[in-house]
Amino acid sequence: MLSILKSLWTVLVTMFRKRVTIQYPEERPYLPPRWRGRIILSRDPDGKERCVACHLCSAACPVDCIALQAAEDETGRRYPAFFRINFSRCIFCGYCEEACPTYAIQLTPDFEMGEYLRKNLVYEKENLLISGQGKYHGYSFYRVAGLAVGGKDKGEAQNEEKPVDVKSLLP
Amino acid sequence: MFSVLSVKDMVTIYIDSKPYEVKPDQNLLQACLTLGFDLPYFCWHPAMHSVGACRQCAVKLFKDEKDTRGRIVMSCMTPVAEGMRLSVDDAEARSFRASVIEWLMLNHPHDCPVCDEGGECHLQDMTVMTGHVYRRKRFPKRTHRNQYLGPFVNHEMNRCIQCYRCVRFYRGIAGGRDLNVFSCHDNVYFGRHEDGALESEFSGNLVEVCPTGVFTDKTLKRHYTRKWDLQTAPSVCVHCGVGCNTIAGERYGSLRRILNRHHRDVNSYFLCDRGRFGYEFVNSEKRIRSATCLPFSASGGKPHGEESRKIGKQAAVDQITKILASAKGVIGIGSPRASLETNFLLRKLVGPENFFAGLSDTEHRLVARIVAILREGPARTPSLQDIRAADAVLVLGEDAPNTAPLLALAIRQSVRNKQFEIAAKMRLPAWDDNAVRNSGAGARSPLFVATPYATRIDDIALRAFRADPVGIARLGFAIAREIEPSAPELPLAADGTGQDIPALAREIAAFLKAAKHPVIVSGTGCLNEQVLAAAANISRALCLAGPSAQLSFVLPECNTLGSGLLGGRTLDEAFTRMQDGLADTVIIAENDLYRRAGRREVDAFFRKARHVIVLDHLRNPTVERAEIVLPAATFAESSGTLVSSEARAQRFFQVFLAEGDVQAGWEWFDDLQRSMGKQPPGSETRLDDVTALLGREFPLLAPASSAAPPASFRVAGQKIPRQSHRFSGRTAMTAGADVHEPKPADDADTALAYSMEGHEGAPPPALTPRYWSPGWNSVQALGKSPQETGEETNSGESGVRLIEPTGSAPGYIGPETIGSEDWEATVAPPRYRIFGSEELSMQAPAIAEMARRAEDIPRQATGGNASHE
Ligand code: SF4
Ligand code: SF4
Ligand code: SF4
Ligand code: SF4
Ligand code: FES
Repeated sequence: MLSILKSLWTVLVTMFRKRVTIQYPEERPYLPPRWRGRIILSRDPDGKERCVACHLCSAACPVDCIALQAAEDETGRRYPAFFRINFSRCIFCGYCEEACPTYAIQLTPDFEMGEYLRKNLVYEKENLLISGQGKYHGYSFYRVAGLAVGGKDKGEAQNEEKPVDVKSLLP
Repeated sequence: MFSVLSVKDMVTIYIDSKPYEVKPDQNLLQACLTLGFDLPYFCWHPAMHSVGACRQCAVKLFKDEKDTRGRIVMSCMTPVAEGMRLSVDDAEARSFRASVIEWLMLNHPHDCPVCDEGGECHLQDMTVMTGHVYRRKRFPKRTHRNQYLGPFVNHEMNRCIQCYRCVRFYRGIAGGRDLNVFSCHDNVYFGRHEDGALESEFSGNLVEVCPTGVFTDKTLKRHYTRKWDLQTAPSVCVHCGVGCNTIAGERYGSLRRILNRHHRDVNSYFLCDRGRFGYEFVNSEKRIRSATCLPFSASGGKPHGEESRKIGKQAAVDQITKILASAKGVIGIGSPRASLETNFLLRKLVGPENFFAGLSDTEHRLVARIVAILREGPARTPSLQDIRAADAVLVLGEDAPNTAPLLALAIRQSVRNKQFEIAAKMRLPAWDDNAVRNSGAGARSPLFVATPYATRIDDIALRAFRADPVGIARLGFAIAREIEPSAPELPLAADGTGQDIPALAREIAAFLKAAKHPVIVSGTGCLNEQVLAAAANISRALCLAGPSAQLSFVLPECNTLGSGLLGGRTLDEAFTRMQDGLADTVIIAENDLYRRAGRREVDAFFRKARHVIVLDHLRNPTVERAEIVLPAATFAESSGTLVSSEARAQRFFQVFLAEGDVQAGWEWFDDLQRSMGKQPPGSETRLDDVTALLGREFPLLAPASSAAPPASFRVAGQKIPRQSHRFSGRTAMTAGADVHEPKPADDADTALAYSMEGHEGAPPPALTPRYWSPGWNSVQALGKSPQETGEETNSGESGVRLIEPTGSAPGYIGPETIGSEDWEATVAPPRYRIFGSEELSMQAPAIAEMARRAEDIPRQATGGNASHE
């Protein structure tokens, strides 16, 4: 008897509280930028693909839903020839983003991925690659790495000296 | 199992106050690694020993129990001694090792994500092991320019840590001259004096020897895959008769690379470039993927100029069954590059009297002679390890660097035995590389090279002798007579070379007689039976005179000896049978007849044949003549057994599932037998059944069954996984085609599984799909398994030797017992090339490129079996 009254009282009090339920989809919730939703591949400040096809994200993925193949352009710059994420398997753990040494792969605050057909959840590179830098601005892996790629020779990366002259015997 | 030494031969050392038994002839580093300690190192290598260059392997050594201060020593340069006390875990030693890594990393580029070594990098492993995490250096990094080193090896000099392993291997072991260290102080540079392809045929080993990403596999780069993503299986090289053990790796249905699989008695730590980079024929455009048939063939006759069409597996089998049922006579032609199982089931299908080995006629004769010599003679065939241990070597008529590269490398290593002998006299440990080399001062064990053309081991030979095959045979016979006067004589006519055969024979005989482990190397290279007889007679004379001589015959293809042991008739007989109308149908297994006989004869043969059925992996002239073409699996898509020139039967294992109608040759012939009603329907034939049946019909080949553990083999109830535990992309790689993942394929033929799941520890050597141990992701993980550190590696049951000599031969081979064609050399002996003479590797772009380069140098004759043209 007492417990029933207690419940009625709780209901009555709650009726006058501020509502947390919103009228989705007319109204949209705020999701912080680091919310872990749909995965994208970003570009570096020069507008080039950031992904260098290092296979670290695919190795980190606990459900093994990332597959890619490395390729190299004529200037020695490595990129993924194909990059596929099977979102019907993805558990949005964010391990791939954590593993990525180039900020290429990022999770975004988008969760609206419902599909009737499972195969539509298989995203290829053209579905993943965005035109901007995503959450992390200003970083370009190839400006730091020692590899010579198009437009950047040996010794031109950050914090590098000019290549040594092997023929010189000066101390 | 691996302790042949009694406890008395062992010494006790104390590591971190715990006593351990170790072998006395080791250094501390070897001892620690063997005992399973994670002690970082760079410059030590089990085949190249210690030089103390990198300072990474520091441990603390104490005088006695009371000494608490101790001193830091390089473990790789410190011999073990009874009662020695050391600490691996000592705080000072640890911080010393961490500092060394930090220094090595000062200028290291920020490259790991784009470095091909990443994920199997010894430097990464050691950095993690010592706990160096953050770069403290703020100053700019030194940089280097790279060099173009040819189609095999990529150069990225910034990543070097100056361990000197590359030059020590390239110059000290492989005898190369065009790679060296340049410049001075902290600018030292490892490369060539100018851009250009590396000249040594062992250059590919730099990829494994270099502990960093300076030298990486350029062929892998074009379809790059991390080590953890490769599906791998133990395999055997198919590009010559040596039978080096390899690990082949696949991803997304194409073969990606070949790595060395350590086998103490065969290739040890190294492969040649043909074996390492020849694999790309598996991915070739010329691959046959589906069963095809020329239209209207059922109505008889062979229509020309018609497009063949794909008919599928079952229809092909049905059609061939129909053809065979109505044939007037069927000929089966096997191949020295097909497995024992494939050859054997073809022989069963057509019947022994209709089975032809598929060797060229000359080769057939030579191989039959070799089999007889090996079985009946007193001399045993040496393993490569035996050759490495030889103290005198005579090469009679074989251009080993081109026809059996790893055997030539073993010879090159054998001449260093003199140095080891001198060093031992001076009580220097064998692992102290610089000391051994300095004390030896370039001394060499005697090597004599008698060949028609200059070879790449002439530089280390005491004498090189050039003559035509008959001249070489003469020299051989003369040597045998010098050793043992009752040996027969080959009349010494003036040979025109101006060389004094009797004096040379006397000199060689003296050296061979004085040696404890002399080895004679000969082979089919000269295409001359007198040369074989000469080699056999020398070994016989030596065995009679005392020392236990060993006799090695180089054979051209991966299963030439297997073909020889299976027997089969000669190609000439097959041609005659067809011309005489005794047969009208021929089945050819993995063999391009145009490489075995003259064009005119083969053309005539095909013209006469009513039905030509060819099974092969690649389009070739013979395939073009076929009415029905069956796609055969390569070594990477099938399992089987090969017999190396040493008479060692070794199993290669399927790496990945083939696409299309492709299946192993023996599976095709099994299907055909079944559809012809020769096998009970419903029963299954597995690889082990075929090998067992083979053993029943050929008792000599019976041990081949135990070349590797059977399909039922399990470790703790589990199969051996072909995929690493970190294999990625499982739920995405096929999702593009179908979002539902397929069930992993079963493998009923072997103890390996197409899976990440299974036994994680070290499997038996014959089943080793990769080297890995916790914290050791690079190939150096090999040194972590207890049996496999240093030269004392126990390779266990990996392959079996089939022939041990019985000594039943009545006596020497008289020169008169050999056909007259080998008495006078009318045609120039063939010239062989490591890149170019072998059929399959020439379909690999990198090998073809190197062959083209060699082509620019004018040459006299073509190599390989095409010499009949
Ligand atoms: S971890 Fe980053 S750079 Fe590496 S493959 Fe994945 S997305 Fe590309
Ligand atoms: S050599 Fe090793 S540590 Fe250096 S960049 Fe390559 S993977 Fe990284
Ligand atoms: S190139 Fe490689 S093997 Fe040679 S010194 Fe440098 S790190 Fe060592
Ligand atoms: S020596 Fe022969 S078996 Fe060994 S790797 Fe070279 S080609 Fe292959
Ligand atoms: S391994 Fe001992 S100094 Fe290099």
